[in-house]
Amino acid sequence: MSQIHARLAGVTRVFPGSAGHGDVHALGPVDLDLARGEFFSVVGPSGCGKSTLLEVLAGLQTPTQGAAAFEDKPIGAETPEGVGVVFQEDSSFPWLTVWDNVAFGLKRTALSGAEIETRVRDALAFMGLKDFHKAFPAQLSGGMRQRVCIARTLVLRPRLILLDEPFGALDQQTRLLMGDELLRLWRETGATVLLITHALDEAAMLSTRVGVMSSRPGRFIDLVETGWPRDRDSRIVADPAFGAVTARLWSNLRGESLKAMGHA
Amino acid sequence: MSKALDVAMLIAVLIGLWQALNWYAGDVAISSPYDTTLHLIAQFERPRFWLHLAESIKAFGYALAIAWIGGIGLGVWLGAHRFAGEVAEPIVVALYSLPKVTLYPLVLLIFGLGISSKVAFGAIHGIAPVALFAMNSVRNIRPVYIKVGRTLRLTPLDAARRVLIPAALPEIATGLRLGFSLTLLGTLLGEMFASQRGLGFMIVNAIGLADTKTMMAVTLLLFIFAGTANAILLAGERALHRRV
Repeated sequence: MSQIHARLAGVTRVFPGSAGHGDVHALGPVDLDLARGEFFSVVGPSGCGKSTLLEVLAGLQTPTQGAAAFEDKPIGAETPEGVGVVFQEDSSFPWLTVWDNVAFGLKRTALSGAEIETRVRDALAFMGLKDFHKAFPAQLSGGMRQRVCIARTLVLRPRLILLDEPFGALDQQTRLLMGDELLRLWRETGATVLLITHALDEAAMLSTRVGVMSSRPGRFIDLVETGWPRDRDSRIVADPAFGAVTARLWSNLRGESLKAMGHA
Repeated sequence: MSKALDVAMLIAVLIGLWQALNWYAGDVAISSPYDTTLHLIAQFERPRFWLHLAESIKAFGYALAIAWIGGIGLGVWLGAHRFAGEVAEPIVVALYSLPKVTLYPLVLLIFGLGISSKVAFGAIHGIAPVALFAMNSVRNIRPVYIKVGRTLRLTPLDAARRVLIPAALPEIATGLRLGFSLTLLGTLLGEMFASQRGLGFMIVNAIGLADTKTMMAVTLLLFIFAGTANAILLAGERALHRRV
């Protein structure tokens, strides 16, 4: 079995310009090898193509040049089986209860009703939502709704989980606690995780490796190995080495963020 | 409980105002609530009344089906095709705002004096709001829902059935409610101007004969029907919106 779980090779993404505007070179060329079971985060200035990179891996966008692969198979114009995606925006379906939201993706699989029930119950318990299975998303807080979305992806048992700033709309304390839950999920499922985030501390705390992207068109300008133990949690932020990791991320990112803001 | 009390109080106030008007203007201008109610009950014993009622129900049923089904079909199509939607929107808005009575001679010339013209007149009243709300409901579907559908590998049919339709439903329901009221208005107007049957005709005929009690009794029946139907549709619509 290959140790490389997902790969981007020379991937670029250019969006055709609209009337009066030229083409927008959003991403690349980008090369990236994700090792099986690693937790990889991507940080970069706003508009550098982080989400585009994730959408290429999710099969939601086709690269203009280069190729993407998952488990040695090329990624085409649809999400490969075994890949789960959680978006930044609340994407829970407001017309369904928490239970039905979580079971949503399982209903068209060949799984038996009993198996679906077991998976949904386990996912709800894992995400701390079991007492809310009959509630509608409108009755939940933003953090709980995002947990519903994570649970909806989790029940499908993805081998690669793509997270596009899933905690972007949450307050700092909730984000730290959600980070702990995410680490627990990663440890217990053994899945490979790719997290897009704009929060350096979140990337430093959660990741095995962090990729720092340049301003648009986004390329990796640094890959930082954190060296944290697998059983870490949010208390790692008190570790003296944590400051060194975030300092390195910021020293790489500061100039790029200034460029993205038009100050350089 | 307090909601039921509010409704009861509102009805009591309306009946009080009606009675006050009766005292002020006299039975010739407006019959009293009590006399009108008795006269309405008496109507149900007359076979001719049932013929008029059946005619109105039939015309309204056809008009509503056309307005609802046609409006949703047109609106969803326009919402999904951005350019066509942008071209058609001002035309549909113009149809919505236009006093439809100005089109009535045309409707009569095209459909004749029978039930067809009443159905057509009712449908053109109701179709525009249903189409406008359906069009906007499709345009307002959050793109992230479509992305989720794709990442969960839904077929296009599954995505429409399980994501797009439920996401658009609350706004479509608002259009259906408005379309209901306007279709009823259009159908009755059609009956009032060029028809020999139906509740609209009964009202106009009663006005001609200075039969205030019949005119008021039919109006009361229509008020009760429209109010009840609207309350039911509004409750359904609120239940859908509450979840969003």
